[in-house]
Amino acid sequence: MPKRTDIETILLIGSGPIVIGQACEFDYSGTQACQSLKEEGYRVVLINSNPATIMTDPMMADKVYLKPLTEASIKEICEIEKPDAVLPTMGGQTALNLAWNLNHEGYWKEQNIDVIGVDIDTIEITEDRQRFRGLMEEIGIDQCRSRTARSLLEAKEIVEELGGLPIVIRPSYTLGGSGGGIVWNQDEFERKILRGLELSPIHEVLIEESIVGWKEFELELLRDNNDNVVIICSIENFDPMGVHTGDSVTVAPTQTLTDKQFQKLRDAAIKMMRSIGTFAGGCNVQFATEPGTDRLVAVEINPRVSRSSALASKATGYPIAKIASKLAIGYNLDELENQITGNTSACFEPSIDYVVVKVPRFNFEKFQNIDEELSTQMKAVGEVMSIGRTFPEALNKAWQSLEIGRGGLGADGYEELDRKQVRERLTKPYWDRSLQIRNAFKLGASVEEVHDITKVDPWFLEQIRYMVELENETEQYEPDDLPEELLIKLKKAGFSDRQIAWLTSHRGDDVTEDQIREKREKLGLKATFKLVDTCAAEFPAQTPYYYSSYEDEGESEVSDKKKVVILGSGPNRIGQGIEFDYSCVHAVMAANEMGYETIMINCNPETVSTDFNVADKLYFEPVYWERVYDIIQHEKPEGVMLQVGGQTALKLAKQFQKHNIPILGTPFELMDLAEDRGKFSRLLKELDIPFPPYGTAFSVEGAINVAEKVGYPILLRPSYVLGGQGMRIAIKEDELIRYVNDVLRTHPENEFLLDHFLEDAIEVDVDAIYDGEQLHIAGIMQHLEPAGVHSGDSTAVLPPYSLSDEVIETMKEYTQRIAEALQVQGFINVQYGVTPDNKVYVIEANPRATRTVPFIAKATGVPEAKVGTKVILGAKLSEFDLSSQLQDYAIKEPVFPFDKFPEVKKELGPEMKSTGETIYFLKHFDDEHFKKPYEFKNLYLSK
Amino acid sequence: MAPSQTAILALSDGTVATGTAIGAIGTTGGELCFNTSMTGYQEIFTDPSYHGQLMMMTYPHIGNYGVSERDNEASRPMVAGVIVRSYSTEYSNTMADGSLHDWLKNHGIVGISGLDTRRLVRHIREKGVMNAVISSEEPDTDKLIQKAKKWPSMAGLELASTISRGQPTHHGPDEGLRIAAFDYGMKQNIINKLVEQGLRVTVYPARTPFSEVEKTEPDGYFFSNGPGDPNPMEYALESVSKAIETGKPIFGICLGHQVMALQQGIAVDKMFVGHRGANHPVKNLKTGRVEITTQNHGFSITQDAVDESIAEVTHINLNDQTVEGLDFKKFNGFSVQYHPEASPGPHDSAYLFEEFCRRVERIAKSETATAS
Repeated sequence: MPKRTDIETILLIGSGPIVIGQACEFDYSGTQACQSLKEEGYRVVLINSNPATIMTDPMMADKVYLKPLTEASIKEICEIEKPDAVLPTMGGQTALNLAWNLNHEGYWKEQNIDVIGVDIDTIEITEDRQRFRGLMEEIGIDQCRSRTARSLLEAKEIVEELGGLPIVIRPSYTLGGSGGGIVWNQDEFERKILRGLELSPIHEVLIEESIVGWKEFELELLRDNNDNVVIICSIENFDPMGVHTGDSVTVAPTQTLTDKQFQKLRDAAIKMMRSIGTFAGGCNVQFATEPGTDRLVAVEINPRVSRSSALASKATGYPIAKIASKLAIGYNLDELENQITGNTSACFEPSIDYVVVKVPRFNFEKFQNIDEELSTQMKAVGEVMSIGRTFPEALNKAWQSLEIGRGGLGADGYEELDRKQVRERLTKPYWDRSLQIRNAFKLGASVEEVHDITKVDPWFLEQIRYMVELENETEQYEPDDLPEELLIKLKKAGFSDRQIAWLTSHRGDDVTEDQIREKREKLGLKATFKLVDTCAAEFPAQTPYYYSSYEDEGESEVSDKKKVVILGSGPNRIGQGIEFDYSCVHAVMAANEMGYETIMINCNPETVSTDFNVADKLYFEPVYWERVYDIIQHEKPEGVMLQVGGQTALKLAKQFQKHNIPILGTPFELMDLAEDRGKFSRLLKELDIPFPPYGTAFSVEGAINVAEKVGYPILLRPSYVLGGQGMRIAIKEDELIRYVNDVLRTHPENEFLLDHFLEDAIEVDVDAIYDGEQLHIAGIMQHLEPAGVHSGDSTAVLPPYSLSDEVIETMKEYTQRIAEALQVQGFINVQYGVTPDNKVYVIEANPRATRTVPFIAKATGVPEAKVGTKVILGAKLSEFDLSSQLQDYAIKEPVFPFDKFPEVKKELGPEMKSTGETIYFLKHFDDEHFKKPYEFKNLYLSK
Repeated sequence: MAPSQTAILALSDGTVATGTAIGAIGTTGGELCFNTSMTGYQEIFTDPSYHGQLMMMTYPHIGNYGVSERDNEASRPMVAGVIVRSYSTEYSNTMADGSLHDWLKNHGIVGISGLDTRRLVRHIREKGVMNAVISSEEPDTDKLIQKAKKWPSMAGLELASTISRGQPTHHGPDEGLRIAAFDYGMKQNIINKLVEQGLRVTVYPARTPFSEVEKTEPDGYFFSNGPGDPNPMEYALESVSKAIETGKPIFGICLGHQVMALQQGIAVDKMFVGHRGANHPVKNLKTGRVEITTQNHGFSITQDAVDESIAEVTHINLNDQTVEGLDFKKFNGFSVQYHPEASPGPHDSAYLFEEFCRRVERIAKSETATAS
């Protein structure tokens, strides 16, 4: 069936701010949906409150509403825009729940708005576990035994029925498994049940037989109106059942299933999708299989695009959200083209000839007393994906992608391994399980032993054991006598030069990664770049989507166009999230507009930047020095763009400088100067710009001396961090000692700064662009919360609501002076503290695009990220229309993950804790969005 | 973990790749083809249609789940050799009887691992199918290239009868409708699927004289899949025409589809690169539905070759529009190019066995009615 002509305007509901369990994968799906619908000629109206998304850019939809995601907003929009249909499957559970609620009150029907992409009843079936269960029974799909409880008493009875603890609880209708978990013992039983009942909007929890330790699988499906179903991707979880799939290491495709077993999953998935409705769109099904038997149970089904479908799209090259949108408006799969090959049908199942590994990224270090054990409630804040020709290669690359200072899966520095500790760490699921498994093998454990403890499938264990075997073999050599054959094996298994350097170091870390690179370059051992093509090379493909591997043949042909490499921002984490991806995507678009071929390097599968339609060439690779350098050596770009990828890209600046790779825009030395808190303060002194009294130190003793000079309270800041990592306010000496010791543990090599903390100061963020001649103030944001609360965690108002013109002028003037002195070409952000006596102090400066760039762009309508990028590439500010469209005020409201961590106290300080933000347009200060945070502004300030 | 003896793969156009020997030590040759199915290596290696071919799996990790008796499509591996990127000697699966490694070795199958299979797939895709030789004993690459050059071409090669069973075999219930199946390299799962329909199946050696088959009064005839070129299979064409004369329903899969078409004068040509995988979209033109299918063929029929008065094209491949299914006009027969029995692959097309069974039942019933 061709597309529907009875609808003109489609309302798309976004997913709102980034929270744990719902991240930028929905910007990716939403963006694809917008493009997909627009190219079919529909009028797209979008609602999303998240300013940091690409989907909310003016060019994405015909009308964008940056409004709170509430039923009231949707109704208001429908009044004005009169949509014919609503597509609620691209905005995660948030959008589905909104659509469901409005359906429940009969709104869609009353307004004659068609719900497309899902059957609205389907949402109820899949979310109401009891109904879902009944349906599965009807169609003969096995499930684990379970029953719904509405009270604690009922819960107790059910546990009796199921034969006692452990049991699994799942509250109905919650996001990312909120409030769910495994109950191991009687002590925690009541607490967890009550919490689940409270969190569930309908106050129901499902109590399930525990299938902890079973093998877990996922399938991503698409179906059209003609009931054709295809499986886009199969995923096998490395972590067995018991860990939320968002927190699990997962692998695509399945590795340990025979065809008969896999087809059983496929048949069941199709049957399940057909049983829940007749909608055309995407769907995700999760299964568990019992080890030792062939028993297969269905775990859940999600009738929408999801985190997994974003992963599946990146893993296979099949754009699920884009195609799902086309199906929603009436196309059938066989009427659509496979966009990768360009000449085969979209109605097929991708075959891949590589292994994809996803590893989640956590931020436990940011929260005191957090329970790090993984369970059925998601705790990860982001994830990385890696592609290799083999599992070991992909696993090592994933660890290089995580940006936690690792060169791969271990083997990258001295670690004292204690048998008992490793064993203990393995008995429960923790975030670093794959590394601990490696450690266990390093200590001589057997595959059987590790399997007994962890229940991880022996095939995966065997692969890690092989990696350790290579490590052990390598340790016997010096770099010079390392046999070529072994070096090839190591590189094929994904070992970084840094790991090999460490393994061949016998006196501390005397061998450098450059030495290893030199050795392999001499041998002609270079990375090759293979294509992601959905068809295992069966057909020629046109999409320039690459990954590196050590093979005989590379497929990435280098053009003779002038090119620029844009480094992505890696996995989402607190302090560095979607805002930086937003700027990366704009940088790509801007560089394209200026005639450059754009090359994107990133490893975050949730993002728009890793959509293969964004840059001219996408390298899905770790933003890790060696991998980036391999690509640069191959592509030979004019330069690299470091200002848009957050701290990730900046961290590599030193290496670029050292290897004579041109950095575009602001010179390296001056970027570095701004990062080095000590040097920067000296510059401010020269410029006659006030800053809080400070001192620098390398040690505890030094810190105490400085503190005596500048006076408590002290703000302690390590250099080269983002999101205020490790920053603390100390009000007395013993606190200072403790914090300094913490910093020394995590950042031992850098000087750290001790500021006198400006109490009762107002904090202000100024974002600007400087082209060497002219300064453009993009936005001045006044924080509601006092200085001391990280700017990312603050409620910020644009423009300032209570500062005098004089103070504002002073800040503009200081910003200009700093930009000049740093020879900024591109972005600059300066944070100021304004004391009650109206004195303006510089707190810090960042010569790069910051988190607030997208917020300002959305508030003012000026495409700041693009403008900044063009300036980096040599354009002048005078070429652009920079007039703001903002009337009244825009307010940025942070969103925190404290509901996921009930054991953590809500405290705000100089270390960032929020995962996302929303934008709200403010007309007057009586508005709740201003009044409420204003009232609470001092409440949570802590250390 | 892997045995470290070197092996060489030499293609007839002079391309050479070096890797590690797997399976048995020795030298082997055949047409180099690839399969893009990500699961089911054992079913593929034992598929009689692959007789005489060197099978290169595009999915890099092979051997992961070992081997199991229940995954055999024939009692032994049928491929002439195997080529994989990364070979797992250690395996993990509840249902496994042993490792792929021991299995290949015990059956004397020579293989090679650790080479850039993707490069070779791209090579064949560009240059077309060609013969190759794998050796873990001959280090001289020139000699191996010569050997590959001299290896007989698949075109014009009649292979079906060489792997067909020696004696008729009986499957399924003792009573019920009878199907006579001609074995040109019949996969076990086709037999299973027919039996699942309640049919009594007798599988005959390829060259069994039709008169002998007819004596048992079958209610329907089946022509199986198998290796090689259908064009020289005169004996099979003769069986088809005699089966047509009986007026009984006829069903053909793959090579069987091709011999049925040839008998009706429809041309079957060798393809530049065959279809081998478990993800090919086939559109059923009668229902408009799309099936994801298992494919394994190096010869095919183009839509132009089909005269409307002879057969209706019922299925087409959505990737290259080649004919995937025919419903014959002049007799009660239909056939498909792909593999509805799957194994390995999706189960979307199992309805074809029901369709065959329905046709057989209908004719049997009407005959009974006429007789009484």
